[in-house]
Amino acid sequence: MIKYILKRILMVIPVLLGVSIIIFLITRVLAPDPAPVVLGEHATNETMAAWRTEHGLSDPIWLQYVHFIGNAIQGDLGTSYYSHQPVTNEIAARFPATAELAICAIIVAALMGIALGVVAAVRKNKPADHVSMIIALIGVSMPIFWSGILLIILFSGILHILPSNGRVLPMLGPSGGTGFFIIDTIASGNMKALGDVLKHLLLPTLALSLYSMAIITRMTRSSMLDTLSADYTRTARAKGLKERVVNLKHALRNAMLPVSTVIGLQFGSLLGGALLTETVFSWPGIGKYAVDSVLKSDFPVVMGVVLLVAVVFVLMNLIVDIIYAYLDPRIKYGKPEEG
Amino acid sequence: MVASKLTAATQLTAAPAIDDVTMPPAAKRPRKEKRESLWKDVWAGISSNKASLVSLIFIALLALIALVTYFFPQILPYDPTTQNLSEAIQAPSMKHWCGTDQQGRDIFSRILTGTQISLTVGFLAVAISLVIGVLLGSIAGYRGGTTDIIIMRVMDMMLAIPSILLAIAIMAALGKGVEKAVIAIGLVAIPEYARIVRSEILSIKENDYVAAARIVGDSSFQIIVRHILPNVLPSIIVRATLGISIAILDVAALGFLGLGVQPPLAEWGDMLGRGRADIFRAPWLMTFPGLAIMLTVLAFNLLGNGIRDGLDPKTRKR
Repeated sequence: MIKYILKRILMVIPVLLGVSIIIFLITRVLAPDPAPVVLGEHATNETMAAWRTEHGLSDPIWLQYVHFIGNAIQGDLGTSYYSHQPVTNEIAARFPATAELAICAIIVAALMGIALGVVAAVRKNKPADHVSMIIALIGVSMPIFWSGILLIILFSGILHILPSNGRVLPMLGPSGGTGFFIIDTIASGNMKALGDVLKHLLLPTLALSLYSMAIITRMTRSSMLDTLSADYTRTARAKGLKERVVNLKHALRNAMLPVSTVIGLQFGSLLGGALLTETVFSWPGIGKYAVDSVLKSDFPVVMGVVLLVAVVFVLMNLIVDIIYAYLDPRIKYGKPEEG
Repeated sequence: MVASKLTAATQLTAAPAIDDVTMPPAAKRPRKEKRESLWKDVWAGISSNKASLVSLIFIALLALIALVTYFFPQILPYDPTTQNLSEAIQAPSMKHWCGTDQQGRDIFSRILTGTQISLTVGFLAVAISLVIGVLLGSIAGYRGGTTDIIIMRVMDMMLAIPSILLAIAIMAALGKGVEKAVIAIGLVAIPEYARIVRSEILSIKENDYVAAARIVGDSSFQIIVRHILPNVLPSIIVRATLGISIAILDVAALGFLGLGVQPPLAEWGDMLGRGRADIFRAPWLMTFPGLAIMLTVLAFNLLGNGIRDGLDPKTRKR
């Protein structure tokens, strides 16, 4: 087992290096010169040349990469072209907002997805199944930004009960702390602020979770259908166990293996969706920051965010693989799991 | 969009092994007959599933709208690009079925015109990822060894970046515009196809008929094109149909973020993005284009389900 884990961890390193090369090539080789964008149209050639030298853009490209990766390993991702602050700090300031949103979204998606999937599988081909499958189908077909917009129109525009942007009312905002507002407000015992934080979280969480929920619902249903028709389930039923016990203890538990994989992988994907959700809800996280930075050619920031997201995604995969190997011993002996 | 990641994920665990359907040792069977039976299966899948059939009709209708509005724009109730500020931000009415936007343009006409971009981008982007992905996947799966490792590692690296983020970065580098969106969306989906094709090839190339072809003296290229790709086709068709819906979502997302088309072209995501400033004053600016995206994506998803049912007897049982 330890050998397997070590092997998987070692495999992460080339993937991350590769990601850094891909994104470096895109932003430094493929992309047009950022100098005119950052300095404005009226900048002289001398100012632009000086600016390029200052940001190390006049070095040969391979040297630029060596510098970049050498610094990145030490946690230095360069400075933003605009704020002149270290990218690491800028990202660290915004990451908790994204993480809080993504964690809430994956919890909601998992709980609702599993519940809907179980109901659909147990009541196969009955109305409850059809309703669940329709919800799942709509979930994968709705543009993630549009569901956010509809929620805003309904709950902020028509009903006026939930806020449409930001993380918390400015006057209630917790200062310092972890940056995870739920934790910070609970720690300071400020229940009014906590309520406001939750109110702000609700709509973005729902919008972001919809897609993953749909995927998890489908996966749970199909996985449950397999376990429900398995011999051990029939045996359990033949023993005279209650239907509920059979469904939840025998069928669901065994169905959870593939479902948990999907949940793990969905968490990584949520970070991509967060890009859009954050833009819709003016959520001050790394997704909105990345989009803004792309639009103004702030490439060090773009590289930093992409790398961070890739690290999270790869780590999630790693964790999923390890849990999977732990739960299903066939894997670590090299036999791939088949449907 | 995010979907791309999931397919990789679900493949791990739930990839319906299409092998059973596609693996008749039929190397010597006339190829034409085989093709026909493939499309017959596809049709059987679509026609036995009402939602899938309706979706196919809906998609045909969309394609018709795209063609007609392109070649005969005069058929539209209003010109989709001409501004008319005296009629700006009007609620839906008999005159303007879906209302008007900030520039007084008729939203219904713009939605109809928008089918052109969404469908074109959807098909072209999938074509790009399909051709490159199938090529890379075939080489990796057939050659194996170092070639396989290098290609699949690069694919893994691409998969480690959320596809929409990668597409945005590529757009930032290439600049705005529809053709660039096609390239960006096409590129980010390559790993999906490469993985599917590679894994299918790994199981197919062990078959006797491939060995037989090799003994007869067929070149690797001939073997891949004649014997292997036809057998991979079913899973590619299913993936490509779903791929179109993902591509349509992606182009809408890029448009929404302001990276898509240049004004005054009508594109659904772009219309949504521009409506945001007036979200409370004029919700119709965002309701109708969003609905158009959702229905189109839904149609391709349902069509894909039908095709999958036709090609994979395992899912037919459910």
